[in-house]
Amino acid sequence: MAERIIIDARGSFCPGPLMELIARLKFGAVGEEFEVLSTDKGSASDIPEWVRKVGHELLGTREEAGVWHITLRKTK
Amino acid sequence: MKILIVGGGMGGTILGNNLARRLAPELRSGKVQIGMLSASDKHMYQPGLLYLCLGRMTPDELYRDQASLLEPSIDFKVDPVETFELDQNRVRTKSGATVGYDILVIATGSRAVPEMIPGLAENAETFYTEQSAVKMFKRLQTFQGGRVVIAVGVPHKCPMAPLEIIFMLHDYFKDRGIRDKVQLHYTYPVGRVHTLENVAKWAAPEMDRLGITYETLFNMKEIDGANRVVKSEEGSEAKYDLLITIPAHKGMEVIEKNKLGAGGFIPTDKTKLTMEGRKNVYIIGDTTNIPISKAGSTVHYQAETLGENIAAIVKLGSPVREHDGKVFCFIEVGKDRATYAQFNYTTPPDPKPPTKAVHWFKMAYNKLYWTTARGLL
Repeated sequence: MAERIIIDARGSFCPGPLMELIARLKFGAVGEEFEVLSTDKGSASDIPEWVRKVGHELLGTREEAGVWHITLRKTK
Repeated sequence: MKILIVGGGMGGTILGNNLARRLAPELRSGKVQIGMLSASDKHMYQPGLLYLCLGRMTPDELYRDQASLLEPSIDFKVDPVETFELDQNRVRTKSGATVGYDILVIATGSRAVPEMIPGLAENAETFYTEQSAVKMFKRLQTFQGGRVVIAVGVPHKCPMAPLEIIFMLHDYFKDRGIRDKVQLHYTYPVGRVHTLENVAKWAAPEMDRLGITYETLFNMKEIDGANRVVKSEEGSEAKYDLLITIPAHKGMEVIEKNKLGAGGFIPTDKTKLTMEGRKNVYIIGDTTNIPISKAGSTVHYQAETLGENIAAIVKLGSPVREHDGKVFCFIEVGKDRATYAQFNYTTPPDPKPPTKAVHWFKMAYNKLYWTTARGLL
């Protein structure tokens, strides 16, 4: 199985976690898994919302010590 | 010690001059050598493109000879790197030269890639190169009314550009007396009108006040030029008469070709500015994959931190500080008002209401930039 790609967007105000995810997905391959690390609690809702809207596969969202981990698979 | 800087843009130039001053005695004694390899003998002030596309600057104002900006102690050559041989601490250049180093800094920047979106290059205006900005200026001159749509690719250079262009277009059409014949529609990739929350909180009511409509969570998928429609990844569509885009960017081809990072962006430690897995290779500016604004001020502050650290390595044997991620971006809010956003890795921005004073400071900075490049401001 391919290694999961970690997007460490902790403390990123600009471009921010969602924008960073959108950017990295462009350069990834279909089937690859990504994990976004974010200290912005808004990421726990806005990233899953966007992932579902666009049609990628949301694998999970969890919070550990103030860091949100959102995992997904690129589907197209 | 041989210090090699690859790239003669803003980051490489500020860093080179910063180092040349800090290490002047070592350069004179021959203990240190600073080399710079660039793809061009010209240096462009890229923020000027925003003004060029609106007829408020001319192309000649954007350029200086690169050699004229550099301290004479820097060995500058127009000879772009084609191959990075990092295990051997050397690069190979277009001319066939092999150049060794003890410390390497890669500052090759990024490039707009409109072809990433089908139909964009053929149907949209943009202002990220001199040629495209001049073309957009001419297109705007002949535009007599209709629906203007702004669409934004990801990732992109200059995160304030989408806001600046929409507000400046408002004044541009107002000055021409046709604002009532133009509908301005702004789209943006994330769920608010700017990725910075505090900037979005200020900008959305400003758009409401000026009669600018907007749609968020809109990522360009393709342009249907025949029907003048932008289709989004999210499934929505925006009809246009004039489409102006902020194109998505990639790192430079040489980075991709050498497999140094996906999309041409090199994995970089955000506080040390080292390339992941390399102790003597530093990455600054748009070339990094750090989730930070691709902007001139980002690399300006990175170059200052790195200049201090590389000089300390020479003089003390180790770097002296970590980079804090400082960014300072002006935000033009039309033809005569501006504000700014300043932030770092730990402190979000808190933009103030736009003023004429900040706009005129920005106009002055458009001229003062050349002192920044020289490492003086």
